[in-house]
Amino acid sequence: MASSNKTSKAGGGLGDRMKNMTDTNLLLTITIVVFFAMYIGAIVFQGKGFLKPQTFFNILNAQAALIITACGMSLVMITGSIDISVGGVVALVSMCSAVYLDFHNGNIFMAVVISLLIGLAFGAVQGFLVAYLDIQPFIVSLAGMFFARGMTTIVNTNPFNVKNEAFVALKETRVIVPGFGSVNKIGKYVDAYVEIGVIVAILVVILLFCVLRWTKLGRGFYAVGGNSQSALMLGINVKRTKFLAHLICGLLAGIGGFVYFMHVGSGSASHASGMEMNAIASSIIGGTMLTGGVGNIIGTFFGVLSLSTIQNIVSSAGLDKAWWTGITIAAMLCLFLVIQSVVMARKKKA
Amino acid sequence: MKEKAVLEMKNIHKSFPGVRALQGVDFTLCEGEIHALMGENGAGKSTLIKVLTGVYGKDEGEIFLKGKDKAVAIHSPQDAQRLGISTVYQEITLCPNLSVAENMFIGRTSGVCQNWRKMNTNADKILQSLDIPAKATQQLASCSIAVQQMIAIARAVDMDCKVLILDEPTSSLDEQEVEKLFRLMRDLRARGVGIIFVTHFLDQVYEVCDKITVLRDGKLVGEYEIKDLPRVKLVSKMLGKELNDMSDIKGESKPYDKNDRSEPVFEANGLVSNAGIKPFNFYIKKGEVNGFTGLLGSGRSECVRAIFGADRVLGGTVKMDGKEVKIGKPLDAMKNGIAYLPEDRKVDGIVGDLSVRENIILALQVLKGFLKPFTKAEANKFAEDYIKLLGIKTASADTPIKSLSGGNQQKAILARWLLTDPKYLILDEPTRGIDIGTKIDIQKLVLKLASEGMSVTFISSETDEMLRTCSRLVVMRDRKVVGELSGEELSQSMIMSTIAGGDK
Amino acid sequence: MKSKETNKSNVSEFFSKIVRRQVFIPIAALLLLAIFNLVTDPSFYKITFGYNSAGNPVLSGNLMTILDSGSELAILAIGMTLVTAATGGQDISVGAAIAISGSVILRVLCGTDSRPETLQAPIIVAFLVACVVAMLFGAFNGVLVAYFKIQPMVATLILFTAGRSIAAWINNNELPIINEPSFGYFGGFIPGIPIPTPFFIAVICMVIIALVLRFTNLGLYTQAVGINESSSRLNGLNPAFIKFLTFVILGLCVAVAGLIKVSRFSTINYSVIAKDIEMDAILAVALGGNALSGGKFSMSASILGAYVIQFLMTTLYKFNVKSDALPAYKAVVVIVLVVLSAPIVREWLSSMWKKIKPEGQGKEVA
Repeated sequence: MASSNKTSKAGGGLGDRMKNMTDTNLLLTITIVVFFAMYIGAIVFQGKGFLKPQTFFNILNAQAALIITACGMSLVMITGSIDISVGGVVALVSMCSAVYLDFHNGNIFMAVVISLLIGLAFGAVQGFLVAYLDIQPFIVSLAGMFFARGMTTIVNTNPFNVKNEAFVALKETRVIVPGFGSVNKIGKYVDAYVEIGVIVAILVVILLFCVLRWTKLGRGFYAVGGNSQSALMLGINVKRTKFLAHLICGLLAGIGGFVYFMHVGSGSASHASGMEMNAIASSIIGGTMLTGGVGNIIGTFFGVLSLSTIQNIVSSAGLDKAWWTGITIAAMLCLFLVIQSVVMARKKKA
Repeated sequence: MKEKAVLEMKNIHKSFPGVRALQGVDFTLCEGEIHALMGENGAGKSTLIKVLTGVYGKDEGEIFLKGKDKAVAIHSPQDAQRLGISTVYQEITLCPNLSVAENMFIGRTSGVCQNWRKMNTNADKILQSLDIPAKATQQLASCSIAVQQMIAIARAVDMDCKVLILDEPTSSLDEQEVEKLFRLMRDLRARGVGIIFVTHFLDQVYEVCDKITVLRDGKLVGEYEIKDLPRVKLVSKMLGKELNDMSDIKGESKPYDKNDRSEPVFEANGLVSNAGIKPFNFYIKKGEVNGFTGLLGSGRSECVRAIFGADRVLGGTVKMDGKEVKIGKPLDAMKNGIAYLPEDRKVDGIVGDLSVRENIILALQVLKGFLKPFTKAEANKFAEDYIKLLGIKTASADTPIKSLSGGNQQKAILARWLLTDPKYLILDEPTRGIDIGTKIDIQKLVLKLASEGMSVTFISSETDEMLRTCSRLVVMRDRKVVGELSGEELSQSMIMSTIAGGDK
Repeated sequence: MKSKETNKSNVSEFFSKIVRRQVFIPIAALLLLAIFNLVTDPSFYKITFGYNSAGNPVLSGNLMTILDSGSELAILAIGMTLVTAATGGQDISVGAAIAISGSVILRVLCGTDSRPETLQAPIIVAFLVACVVAMLFGAFNGVLVAYFKIQPMVATLILFTAGRSIAAWINNNELPIINEPSFGYFGGFIPGIPIPTPFFIAVICMVIIALVLRFTNLGLYTQAVGINESSSRLNGLNPAFIKFLTFVILGLCVAVAGLIKVSRFSTINYSVIAKDIEMDAILAVALGGNALSGGKFSMSASILGAYVIQFLMTTLYKFNVKSDALPAYKAVVVIVLVVLSAPIVREWLSSMWKKIKPEGQGKEVA
């Protein structure tokens, strides 16, 4: 119900406000409309499965880590940079946490601290190289990705499940969402639930949204991405801003890594493979421009949801063959890149 | 310090390797005046501005500001802003993706959080008081360039600036937008802000300014009240020739023959490009040397770019040897025997990392075709021939062209075009920024080429150079052709009065 | 005294001349690796002669491995160098594109049956079809980059995402296996010749590109466009088309590499084949001393760079580094390289150098 409300609101204002809307808001609106259209389409054509709130919550459960890392990705993309090491960092973090918890019987708090430190270390080094030494972010984070992936196997080669009791309890913790339960086949009422990771992800989204919207630092990210030369003239410390963007992205990759680890409960070198590209794709679908300066965390959130909804539609439509997912995501990416270039053209005309 | 003066610069010196950009320049700005800073290219205007805004450090001299007892030190643009000196540049230095209000306040308020409501009301108040047609919440990119320019000014004004520098703010504005900008400038003058206005448009200077300071070759020529300095005088001050003692230099070129009925080598009718020039007619005959003259920014470069197809041609017809041809892109022009040496050597001319040899053969190679590269021996011969012919000073033909001096780079680019054996050669500012010896070499070469039957269009900021080489001059002002001079009319005084137009 | 000084400057001039040559970087790296191996374990260079399972005479040893497995990378480096030079960006979809072209080859060879007894089409036909397909995908990337002006890395992200899926789709996600031994020649040995075929294929590609660079203006045009697009346009070049062309050429390289890859195993694993090879190819270009921001390039340096990477990998294998852990070592090499070549660092280093050696001869050609 809530969904249809929102679409009509966005749709209604579109005609009048298109002209005065900022690029960020325009792209955000497109993303949200596309997401709801897609989800409603899924309900109409795929039937009851998508009507059940738990289906939606399961998407959240599975994608909490991606939401967090994609937020970090959007942030660096808003400043006009990029970080493709996040997938590797997620894998490294989950492997390190797994080894620490299982082999060394560590406590969960320390595992979280380790995760955050790993993320921060990657963010700091890459941020320094990109911001202060002016090296291409793609190459820097490519090396970061190599390093993280390599280190993951050096830490431990074979995948294994974590049996640490405290951790398993944490992993199994389910947060009940009141009011969204449903009646199952044998007539029993089942509560809808989300995992702890989802709560973390939503907190990250809200926090980062607020930072970007209501703090000077947040607006600085946009200014640097919009035109770093101008930002310098306007009195912004461009290098520090870029550095911070990478640092926060690294931190979020660390958090995302632990959330990912909480979801899968194992360490493996092949974890989160291709996650960086999914994060980039989600950001683009969510209305973040690769050229920088335009983007929104809420959009990224919906970008991730769109991406995984498509995956769900594809698999439940009987097109469960693996290739459809890749092709549909690429098609969506292509579509949104075209939309972006149209927006750019519009901007140039004005 | 004089009374009412908000800014005084005394005896400013600044040198760069090999150039003395400023030599003892004084400049005084009073409160509530609009002061034009005039001078041709290389006169030192932009250096003076950059010293004032802290982009460059000065070698010698002092800067005084009202309310400060001692001379102030300005090390960075931020320093300048803190002292109340704000600059609005030709290119907008704002962030297009942010809102109008954000652009006005970002980077200069303290605190962690952004109070949108307070910022927006403040911004709206300022915009209203300055009569700027924009809303605080609007995205900057959705405003016209003129409004963006004004927003940059509004930001500066709100920062309590006492000195406002406008560096060529009008070059990308249309007439109505310029009018709006002027209204804003007058409004600020009434509030006591001192404005330094740098522009190449003479009309605008006479419309809005109170005083004029003229610089030439890094030296101060003088400071004048606007009413004491008629246009023709201003032009003569800028070019450094006194009207009365300007005897014409005898040209060596073939005198222009008005009765020559022969077919022009090149003829354009109503040619117009997307670079903002008015449609123009132009022709050149075999063996003729003519030129476009006018102040910088008058559209002379845009005209030749349109001829060569370097900008997108929007309309008009072009004939070569009387036959109508279509020139839509540079390759079309090259195939028709036109060669073009661009104004900005670094951006449009040299291919920096390639060797001198490759730079020389590039155009001919493109004409010859993708599948027919010159052999190394051929390329070497071409390069060596022209290095010798034009006296290009380079360690070898293999040296990257970017390590050559400006004059030698220019000669190499010239060699590139001469190698294509063009019928019609366009030289846009071939002598800018190069030493006197090379200048003379190039002038001599132009005359020699013309005597061998090549048609040449020669553009230069230096009028005497034009007079020495050209037999006919097309005069431009404010992006349109305003006159044509030949034969007896070719004199400094005539050129100046035609450029100045209007009053005498 | 005086003569001594000039002598010294001559030597240093000679040395700096060598150092300034671009090929110096990969050669130095190669020498370093070679000496390192020589010192630690001379048996690294042992080449043995034997017979493989099919009874063919083969040479084996680490050097042979380098020449063999470095082939695909060397071939890709050719195309990647051109793309980098002209566009100042890189194509990250080559791995996925190899999967596609490999899949196409198998599809054409197998026809409808996934395990045919006999080939359904001549290998050359399959290869040509793969070439056309790979070039089309290259053209797709090229159009996005050259005409829609999307950054190369982003534009190729689309194919990077979809490529392996498309590859699986071409063969209905089946795993075709070719039993025909002659197909294995391209990735193995031709009977009677003890040197691995991929090396010959790589050499053929190198000869072709050398001839192309010699007998066309490809090199001059791509460099000119990469260095100064505006100036190239005023010299009559069409920068957009040249960028497009480089992507098509890279497509061709991809098809050749794809043939070798599928021939090695006579089958295909869509998600693993040529994985991360795009990163290695970009690294090869960078190791060759070519600026990743485009412009002047040295093709031979790039190709040598590819072999340096293979040499490094083989050396690491020798030290029992697992293949999964390799990227970590590679990353360290990349970071050291890019940091040393960063303009800011270079400036800093040269100012340090000048301080140490105050009479520094910063001569410039007047």
